[in-house]
Amino acid sequence: MAGLGQNVQLTINGTPHDLVVEPRRTLLDALRDDLALTGTKKVCDMGNCGACTVLVDGRAMYSCLLLAVDCDEMSVTTIEGLGREGELDPVQRAFIEADAFQCGFCTPGQIMSLRGLLDADSAPDDDQIERAVTGNLCRCGAYLHIIDAGRRAVALNREATPEGVRDVHVAG
Amino acid sequence: MSMWRVEREEGEDGEAKLAVAEGTSSAPWGAGADLRIVGTPRTRLEGVEKVTGSARYAYDVRLPGQLHAGILRSPHPHARLTRVDTSAAAALPGVHAVISLTDAPDIDWYDESKLFDPTLRFAGDEVAAVAAESEDIVADALRLVVAEYEPLPFAIDIESALAAGAPSIHPGGNIESEKTYERGDVEAGLSAAEVTFDHILTTPTAIHHSLEPHGCTAVWEGGGLTVWESTQSIFDVRQQVAEKLGLDESQVRVIKQHMGGGFGSKQIAWKQTVIAALLAKRAGRPVQLMLDREGESLAVGNRNPTRQRLRVGATRDGTLTAIDVTIHQAIGAHSAGGEGSNTAGLYQTLYRCPNVRTSQTGVYTNTGPAVAFRAPGYVEADFALETAIDDLARQLGMDPLAFRLKNYTGDDQAEDKPFSQPEGLRACYEKGAEAFGWGQTIQQPPAPHRRRGVGIAAHHWVGGAGDPPGYAWVKLNPDGRADVITGTQDIGTGTRTGLAMVAAEELGFTLDQVTLHLGDTALGPYAPVSSGSATLATIGPAIRVAAAEAKAELLTAAAALLEEPVERLSVRDGLIRVAGEPEDRATPVAAVTGSMSPHMIQTQGARGANAEDVSIQTFGMQCAEVEVDTRTGEITVRRVVAAHDCGRIINPTAVDSQVIGGVTQGIGFALTEERVIDAKTGIVLNANLEEYKLPTVSDIPAIENVHVGIPDLRANAMGSKGIGEPPHIPTAPAIANAVFDAIGIRFYDLPLTRSRVLDALAAREHGGETG
Repeated sequence: MAGLGQNVQLTINGTPHDLVVEPRRTLLDALRDDLALTGTKKVCDMGNCGACTVLVDGRAMYSCLLLAVDCDEMSVTTIEGLGREGELDPVQRAFIEADAFQCGFCTPGQIMSLRGLLDADSAPDDDQIERAVTGNLCRCGAYLHIIDAGRRAVALNREATPEGVRDVHVAG
Repeated sequence: MSMWRVEREEGEDGEAKLAVAEGTSSAPWGAGADLRIVGTPRTRLEGVEKVTGSARYAYDVRLPGQLHAGILRSPHPHARLTRVDTSAAAALPGVHAVISLTDAPDIDWYDESKLFDPTLRFAGDEVAAVAAESEDIVADALRLVVAEYEPLPFAIDIESALAAGAPSIHPGGNIESEKTYERGDVEAGLSAAEVTFDHILTTPTAIHHSLEPHGCTAVWEGGGLTVWESTQSIFDVRQQVAEKLGLDESQVRVIKQHMGGGFGSKQIAWKQTVIAALLAKRAGRPVQLMLDREGESLAVGNRNPTRQRLRVGATRDGTLTAIDVTIHQAIGAHSAGGEGSNTAGLYQTLYRCPNVRTSQTGVYTNTGPAVAFRAPGYVEADFALETAIDDLARQLGMDPLAFRLKNYTGDDQAEDKPFSQPEGLRACYEKGAEAFGWGQTIQQPPAPHRRRGVGIAAHHWVGGAGDPPGYAWVKLNPDGRADVITGTQDIGTGTRTGLAMVAAEELGFTLDQVTLHLGDTALGPYAPVSSGSATLATIGPAIRVAAAEAKAELLTAAAALLEEPVERLSVRDGLIRVAGEPEDRATPVAAVTGSMSPHMIQTQGARGANAEDVSIQTFGMQCAEVEVDTRTGEITVRRVVAAHDCGRIINPTAVDSQVIGGVTQGIGFALTEERVIDAKTGIVLNANLEEYKLPTVSDIPAIENVHVGIPDLRANAMGSKGIGEPPHIPTAPAIANAVFDAIGIRFYDLPLTRSRVLDALAAREHGGETG
């Protein structure tokens, strides 16, 4: 019930935030309502669509299925945290170039899923790209262009990542 | 100056009306026009906003003191609300306003109902609403509302609503509307037929499932109401909200900059917008009321399910002799308004046929109200008619494409005039068939349980032409950039970019010299609803008129500045050029507009009337290849080729995205999408994105969009028509026909689920054993 606030510290896009939230508050609602980070979208609120995908300690997760209190002292990256100094993240650039969206409502989630993939593996194949976004619905039906954006992002990411760093996560 | 003429007319109700004719014609952009921006692929102007999460949707509005809100919905498909008590909810800390039947203003809604009505006509009907400080408190408060119901007998589908003794959903009975059409002599045509098709076909209830739900953020300010609404029609929402609340239209401002999908379902002011406004008034604070996914599934539109009894006949040589269809479509508990579902239209127009009879009946059912869904009616009809055409071609041993060409028409037989582009569909057939390799034998996999097949389907669509009225303003800033302002909306289709391209082309500017403004009733001139694939063809011509006038004034100013005769001046690539002078002596626009600052060039344009001697339609065809696994019943779509006639293509990038999106939705409609209602309780069983099966990335084959791109200059001076809805129309029948080609079983009911395929395979096997 209301009033049962609990302290939680979330590091969002590199900045620590001390919040008092009810234990039932999802990470998604904490982002959108407590922190006004509305780039992360609320669609199904039950883990079916992926529009709320963020990176939690580097892994792509549905923020509607996480309680904010369970993310205490964790590091969360949202769509607002991608890119730096006015430069778009390679995945973001790839989405524009490939026209990988129409209405754009699923786009932040799609981008975060692919960012999570590229952080884990800088040279994924098409199957991996597809698997990374199988949990992200797009009602406008931009899937073909989303896969294309994933491929472009791999190339753009390689250009944007300094030599020697980019293969750190590659298995084998 | 634009042409403007006004005449007094007697309306049907005897009241005087003013008929306005306006607009100026622009020079046609013919096939050989020297266009520098139009026709080149461009990424979306709002792309950076959408990929960074900064695009602000209605759901993303955050105002000081803003409350959240939610709606309690009827758990019964048909009931009388005997008691509702919101006192405990209102007393909950954090709750700022409640509303229900007991204290709501008397506001008429739908055809014969109220905003909060004592009779609840579908599971999901609105019972009460709450505004509170968080969504969690809203949920708590809704649980505290006491509502008592007296359940009534209900009818959830066409059959039960039409059965003798069916419960009456409205006082006048369960027939919402009846429309008939007839030309020639259908019975004589059927008698003359040597092959016939006679079946009942059904299509399911599909849910739009826009990812951004319906809803708004409402705030009372400055003596009026401002609504950030997720809508396809800011001006219709303004008019309807004002009417419901007893306000002047000028007191309501509706804003929509970005929208997370609509697909037809966001054309009208739905109840939650007025509820949000009333809650905001009571709370004295802004209220955001976005529907949850369940509400989105139940209460704000769906594609009407249909049952179509279809008889089609042809002679041995493949000439159609008659088309006779009796259509029933369930429109749900209410007529919601917006674009109609003209299922009969396709039968009257797609093929040359002298004898056609259509009967279309809208039936009330105790389900959520139906509303336009991407090519309403035509998607449903195309499945049935194109199934029949495929069947007749096979009965005759004719190639299905040859059969279609044999019955080709360049005339709109229902309107008795030629199409504005009589060869549009033929071009689609030729280009699509070539790209697909129609007629070539496909390779079958070695495993006998995996069978491949190909199918084709064609369509026309009544939309895409655009109509008056629609307006645009252009202003040239001192810095040499143009603001182009309209009251239309970009519903995700790429309208911003396409219209900016039209403006830049006409002005002679580069695209980055143009900023396109839209989506605000207070700041832009009127534009109609973005539906019927009409936005580009409605607003584009108005922009051309305004831009041409702005360019003329710019050149007049340039003539004075440069001391050259205006006849020698032109604008290209954002530079003013003097005929015969070298390119490097061209003058930037800013040199002229800056010199006249703070005076500015400001013009306006109006959309003129369409030609009356032609029928402006859009056309298309798709070919699909599928593989059917006869062990699992699974249908895999391997590839789809689409060829659509939308006239001159303004932005090939956006057209490709529209086509692959329409085909993708079509795959869902063909294979998986269906609202499921429990017959015993009348409750929707899959009001969520878990059990309502949308296509995912893994369900999508290669989709190729073949650009047809023939300018349709009888349609308008751009030569462009809309492409929003068409690519969704022929996908399902192309797939169903490919399934027949693969396994030799004809399906008359969508979606083609695995269980349906397995049942049909089993029935055939059983029939084979016993027969």
